[in-house]
Amino acid sequence: MSTRASTLAGHVMSAPSIIALFLWMIVPLGMTIYFSFLRYNLLSPGMEEWIGFVNYKFFLTDHAFFASLANTLILVGSVLVITVIGGILIGLMLDQAIFGRGILRILVISPFFIMPTVNALVWKNLLMNPVSGFFAWISMSLGFQPIDWFTQAPLTAIIIMVAWQWLPFATLILLTALQSLDRDQKEAAQMDGAGPIAIFFYITLPHLSRAITVVILIETIFLLTVFAEIFVTTGGGPGLATTNIAFLVYTQALLQYDVGGASAGGIVAVILANIVAIFLVRLIGKNLDA
Amino acid sequence: MGAIRLENVRKTFGNIDVIPGVDLEINDGEFVVFVGPSGCGKSTLLRLIAGLEDVTSGKIMINDVDMADASPAKRGLSMVFQSYALYPHMTVYNNIAFGLKMAGESKAVIEEKVRNAAKILNLTDYLDRRPGALSGGQRQRVAIGRAIVRNPAAFLFDEPLSNLDAALRVNMRLEITGLHQELKTTMIYVTHDQVEAMTMADKIVVLQAGRVEQVGKPMELYTNPANKFVAGFIGSPKMNFIEGDYAKARDCHCVGIRPEHFAISQESGDIPATVKIAEHLGAETYLHVNADNIGPMTIRATGEVPLGEHDRIWLTPDAERIHRFDANDKALSR
Repeated sequence: MSTRASTLAGHVMSAPSIIALFLWMIVPLGMTIYFSFLRYNLLSPGMEEWIGFVNYKFFLTDHAFFASLANTLILVGSVLVITVIGGILIGLMLDQAIFGRGILRILVISPFFIMPTVNALVWKNLLMNPVSGFFAWISMSLGFQPIDWFTQAPLTAIIIMVAWQWLPFATLILLTALQSLDRDQKEAAQMDGAGPIAIFFYITLPHLSRAITVVILIETIFLLTVFAEIFVTTGGGPGLATTNIAFLVYTQALLQYDVGGASAGGIVAVILANIVAIFLVRLIGKNLDA
Repeated sequence: MGAIRLENVRKTFGNIDVIPGVDLEINDGEFVVFVGPSGCGKSTLLRLIAGLEDVTSGKIMINDVDMADASPAKRGLSMVFQSYALYPHMTVYNNIAFGLKMAGESKAVIEEKVRNAAKILNLTDYLDRRPGALSGGQRQRVAIGRAIVRNPAAFLFDEPLSNLDAALRVNMRLEITGLHQELKTTMIYVTHDQVEAMTMADKIVVLQAGRVEQVGKPMELYTNPANKFVAGFIGSPKMNFIEGDYAKARDCHCVGIRPEHFAISQESGDIPATVKIAEHLGAETYLHVNADNIGPMTIRATGEVPLGEHDRIWLTPDAERIHRFDANDKALSR
């Protein structure tokens, strides 16, 4: 059924949803761009005026911007490394025929179902608390000084929490990919004299490359905007130690009531996300073509 | 050198005896075909020889050394898989070179051997391609190339032609036979297709339910099947089996006559029958007939035979070529 009439009917039928989706995207974006060129502070209502790129200039020359940009990149990069490597290792383990595999799989996947705020609260109060936390208890029972995670190593603490949250996602995708690896290929490699390590690097890892690409792309999109974990635990501090771009935009808009500056920050974040995306797609996206 | 001897090889999966105990002698340079219906254990037997499955008990002697517990790579055998199992992310060159690389050969040696194999298999123009960009027959050749370069004691083929279309299958059959004549290496070939077995083998091993039913040269199995199973499995169309009075008159439980061993007459003969369906292929004609008091039979006549539905015919079997079986399906002497 691909006559000209049916093609036309298809266009007409799908037009409303496409238009709705387009408006859904373009109206907020357009308004944000518009606001970013205004002096627009909620503390002085009615004083809005067109000021050109001043908001951008302030945002981009703010030392907080560079600190939070660095934090964002460190956060994204570290979590990616931890989840991809950890995901491969756990995936390899779950791919074996071990006892209780079904239950193990559910256990491994479950952190993904916990909402980020709850995740952060659990880590903050039950695990990383320097007085009553589980880690502190372990340190003390071994005779060490407990680590006060959120003052001594705040960004590391955030990275650990976010990595814990995203590890299941990576594991799930990579495990599925592992299970689709043709058994014959491994056996052929065995006949060719490859040991387990050679099989991993020459057969398994190349087979996983596409899944790894997917994990990296999807995780990057979400990790650039990590917010709840920071908000609940450190509030961006101490100082700017755990402020990422998303959190910086939040402090601009809601702590300083500067809608114009926050909009400019939002647009900068969008541009940054696109740069990272283009960079990633160039770097590893070719894996998706094959 | 590649002489392989199986001594009482057994394989059980849980409580199931897949291979209840096989003794088999494969001489150096022989082309041996394992044939049998699906699920008869032929692939399992091959995987046991390859070392991809562990034997439950028994010995696998490769050049007089028991390799039953050795790793696949140590046995010095190469295998061509049904799915080819090429490494999809490597070029043809790297696919063929992989085994040599794992063996720690120098770059120059690898290059020479790979080029040589590619020349034998007509793959020289495709060395830079990946398996995804090759046709079925070319992939098959790459899989064979990967097997050749390691200079194995024996080649193991696991139903290598079943993924190819009919015309290509005939071609590859000839190529593999040619390769065997050229290399003179021992080859063990698993198939469910008795035509492949008959055309390629020096020695056929007929398997059923993990048991060796008969071992012999193709024509030996055709002319002197040891039992009813082999008689029915080798030869196409299938041998006709006749029980009842006709068999009793010949002092046995069951008589087997191949479709091609009948003389057809429209006037008189041994067995009267009515033609149900005639399949005219030009070079030969298959007649599916209903014989009086016996039932359906298949007859193969050479050339064009002007017979059709409802025609009455009389069939006379070639007395020299009647097979007789006892109640246990064992063949009786003629």
